[in-house]
Amino acid sequence: MFRSLALGSGGFVVALIAAIGIFLLLQALPSLQANQVSFLTSGEWTTGDPNNMRFGILYLLWVTVATAAFALVLAMPIALGIALFLTQYAPRSLARVFAYIIDLLAAVPSIIFGLWGLQVLGPALVPTAEWLNSNLGWFPLFSDGNVSIRGGGTIFTAGIVLAVMILPIITAITREIFERTPKDQIEGALALGATRWEVIRTTVLPFGRAGYVSGSMLGLGRALGETVALYLILSGASGRAPELSLFDGDATIASKIANDAAEFNNEISAGAYIAAGLVLFVLTFVVNALARWITTSRTGK
Amino acid sequence: MSTELELERPAQPPSFQGISSGRKAKNLTATVLVTLCFTVAVIPLIWVLWTVASRGMESLLRAEWWSHSLSGVRANEDLGGAYHAIYGTIAQGLVTAVIAVPIGILVGIYLVEYGAGTRFARVTTFTVDILTGVPSIVAALFVYSVWISIFGFSRSAFANCLALLLLMIPMVVRSTEEMLRVVPNELREASYALGIPKWKTIVKVVIPTALSGIVTGVMLGVARIMGETAPALILMAYSARINTDIFDGSMANLPLLMVKEFTNPEAAGFNRTWGAALTLILIIMLFNLAATLVSRLSAVKTK
Repeated sequence: MFRSLALGSGGFVVALIAAIGIFLLLQALPSLQANQVSFLTSGEWTTGDPNNMRFGILYLLWVTVATAAFALVLAMPIALGIALFLTQYAPRSLARVFAYIIDLLAAVPSIIFGLWGLQVLGPALVPTAEWLNSNLGWFPLFSDGNVSIRGGGTIFTAGIVLAVMILPIITAITREIFERTPKDQIEGALALGATRWEVIRTTVLPFGRAGYVSGSMLGLGRALGETVALYLILSGASGRAPELSLFDGDATIASKIANDAAEFNNEISAGAYIAAGLVLFVLTFVVNALARWITTSRTGK
Repeated sequence: MSTELELERPAQPPSFQGISSGRKAKNLTATVLVTLCFTVAVIPLIWVLWTVASRGMESLLRAEWWSHSLSGVRANEDLGGAYHAIYGTIAQGLVTAVIAVPIGILVGIYLVEYGAGTRFARVTTFTVDILTGVPSIVAALFVYSVWISIFGFSRSAFANCLALLLLMIPMVVRSTEEMLRVVPNELREASYALGIPKWKTIVKVVIPTALSGIVTGVMLGVARIMGETAPALILMAYSARINTDIFDGSMANLPLLMVKEFTNPEAAGFNRTWGAALTLILIIMLFNLAATLVSRLSAVKTK
């Protein structure tokens, strides 16, 4: 009895994932059929009239991927540094306290990061953003985007806030792997006269690489799906095509859905957003599965 | 035989060479960079906490904040409180936990006690991993499409709980799994040797041993979901009144209150938004602290 109950719960969780994919697809299909433009290659988004649905994922996808990628580029080296600091440099007695401080970052709800990004960090970053734009504007990523830099609602601001948010995730996983570096390898390197940095380069880093990469993938997955922080920071509809710059704005898939949740008054309109949600689900599924695959294929021996 | 072997001679000073300046410089650079990384991460934490504390304190110091709702309070009046939202946040967190905990613990038990090593257990572990990574907005859309579109229920706090459920189950599974693995096998074997059936061994021996760890995991999970906003945006309607029925009518919670009030241009709106932020952080810290205490006071006895 108890056994089947436990087995049933396991089955329930497996069924749940399948159900998420299936039901989202079922709800999205009618809207996709009613769509007048191509869902994958268009950036238009007008879903108010069920008889004239024109929606495409392209612009949203760019902002989603660009913010997440920018956040990852910022967070990865810093997380690596923190993990090394906590496991190799910090004094043993303080390492736990320091690790707790980093974990506190993960306890702050995303809406508070969003509010902080919107009202405090965003305005504080404007001078930097303007300087980058006017001095390095020739570089495509720093050229003019489709929203005003002064507003602060850009990929640039959003990516920095996201980087802070995914930092504790990457750090936690990397730290755990680094702690498991075989002691005899470290001692062997020390006996050969290696400096502390050389010990890290020759033992800790090669041992922990897979864990670091998979932790970063999990962070990426989290960044792709982050909703409320970006819903507050990004300034919403600009209506213009993105210029493939860090100073683009508009919305990510998730923040667009959150932004227009009030519009869910008929099945066909809601279906457009569910279709976007499905794309996000597939995207995070792939990233998370990849992270898991890296861990099991490299450390599962 | 006067020629000693070179290896047998004690090493003389030129054999020990000092660390070259290049290697020293590299080592120093690495130390500085790594320490810098840590400082860089602490800055936003302190900045965020300071912002929330300094801006939210004013609201929290008014006694009304803890006992009144915003019902009938005008947008520019610094009156009323967040009682309706605090109630909503805690009620929704608890209802979610009540449903998520048994399911999560059962899955954890299956993975460790019954299914270990089987193919289905591997599939389940994989799904739990994927479920951990499902964005909250996707969970919300799923509940919307099943609960509201297909079953025809209206938006309610309970729908929000259903979405939070999807986010909480994997957290409970993970902590249960981890704690059950720490329970020493000798305990199970001693129980079997007394002729006690497996299910009773699990309920009476394994679970009590691992309980404090599971409780810690559950509390951390509740703390996590109480800050979730995305599902509430899609699945709930905000109400400024106190509503105690999570199945019916509009209801508030702290994140939703923040979303409603941050567009309010009056000073009162600013106070309410950051007051709610500070309250939310305090509640979450309280849960985290309780979780740490539980795990400190009663760690699994492995020996």
